[in-house]
Amino acid sequence: MLEVRGLTSHYGRIPALKGIDVEVREGELVALVGANGAGKTTLLRALSGVQGASGGTVRFDGADITRAAPDRRVALGIVQVPEGRQVFAPLTVEDNLRLGAYRRGGESAAATLERVYAMFPRLRERRASLAGTLSGGEQQMLAMGRAMMAQPRLLLLDEPSMGLAPRLVEEVFAYVHRLKEEGRTIFLVDQNARAALAVADRAYVLETGQVVLAGTGAGLAADPQVQQAYLGL
Amino acid sequence: MGAQLTQYLLTGVTIGAIYALVALGFSIIYNASHVINFAQGEFVMIGGMTTVSLVDGGVPLPLAIAAAVLVAAAVGLALEKLAIERARGASVVTLIIITIGASIFLRGLAQLVWDKNFHALRPFTGDTPIAVLGATILPQSLWVIGVTIAIVAALGWFFARTLAGKAMLAASHNRLAAELVGIRVRHVLLLAFGLSAAVGAMAGILTAPITLTSYDVGLMLALKGFAAAILGGLGSGAGAVVGGLTLGILESLGAGFISSAYKDVFAFVIMLAVLFFRPSGLFAARSAERV
Repeated sequence: MLEVRGLTSHYGRIPALKGIDVEVREGELVALVGANGAGKTTLLRALSGVQGASGGTVRFDGADITRAAPDRRVALGIVQVPEGRQVFAPLTVEDNLRLGAYRRGGESAAATLERVYAMFPRLRERRASLAGTLSGGEQQMLAMGRAMMAQPRLLLLDEPSMGLAPRLVEEVFAYVHRLKEEGRTIFLVDQNARAALAVADRAYVLETGQVVLAGTGAGLAADPQVQQAYLGL
Repeated sequence: MGAQLTQYLLTGVTIGAIYALVALGFSIIYNASHVINFAQGEFVMIGGMTTVSLVDGGVPLPLAIAAAVLVAAAVGLALEKLAIERARGASVVTLIIITIGASIFLRGLAQLVWDKNFHALRPFTGDTPIAVLGATILPQSLWVIGVTIAIVAALGWFFARTLAGKAMLAASHNRLAAELVGIRVRHVLLLAFGLSAAVGAMAGILTAPITLTSYDVGLMLALKGFAAAILGGLGSGAGAVVGGLTLGILESLGAGFISSAYKDVFAFVIMLAVLFFRPSGLFAARSAERV
């Protein structure tokens, strides 16, 4: 479904991605682990089109989208839940969700909205509240719900558990697991490598802008190198 | 005394409505880009001057007004496309300086296209004063107030009820998140300039029969509108309206009871006072952000 070949990206003259090869197949949950500054967020941003690629190709369903604008990728079904939630604080929860369906015109969104509320009942309770007044966990649900409104075919999740209390981290991973059970294709980045590897079918380890290891989630979790560097064992 | 006060208030509300429209123009662009568009006054001027020349050329008034609004909107779009968009990635201060340049350029262009004289547009529906509570009001003032109410209501509906309006708010609040839900952020900026220019042009057209219009009429109106926007809190729609009305009424009362020589001073004294004591304006958006 997603095929990345030799992708490079720069911040000014500083390379952030140095030739990334990554693949995500339909229905898979693929995790990306790595230290701070390894380029995990940059890779997701390059996939959603808000970060320019300086070389290499990104293919989605075989079509080259390396230079496609973010709104076109959303229309194709590549939807990112950004790091730090990034909800529209001055708008209501429901408006945030409706804007998630912006590319679909928003009108056909009623049924999707119901599904999102069914998945996150807390959002239904707070539908009229301003998004900025939600707790961190609720904002994460809102950010995920907003992405679901776009009916993503490939969901890019950037640090969904960052800054959340342990109980909420568990809850967020339960949601990720549920989305996977529904057959969604997910590309997940998380600091919490243990939890990410536990839910992932496959995973990549990123170091200074390069993929240094790849394997199944369980395989990487058992890898001594990974255990020492990322799992603190 | 009572009749006099009523008279000053009516005049103040009329001027205030115009200031409110100009302030709304500032707020629309500020919301979308955090740029203070110093060419806002030129949109006002283009609206008034275009209508005058079209009417002089024999075009029926309603048609002339519609055409003038379109011309101003086109100028607004062109400004965004040719000047602001080209400087993408530049700092907000740079963009503001670009709008100052555009303002000077448009004023110069207006001198060439038209001239340096004052022009009058005839009132939309006669000029027989209407008696109200011992004071009088011109029919044109009623037009000013009525159309302003209609525009404010339309803008309020657009931003509160339509997905496109909310997308504009979303893009101004969080550009990254807006891009990630598929909003074309560049189109939002373009739309803001077009909309703001159209609103400004309406202000210029409405006021042309009362205060006359000329190539540099935008200069003072923009300053007053900016003062109104600051007073209400930049970026707040309700603030722009309240700020405009407050400024108009204070100016009219001051001119009536103190001296009309100081008419323009009040606006700037108020602006300075606000900047000193309440820099985010009376209606500063209560931030509801949790970190």
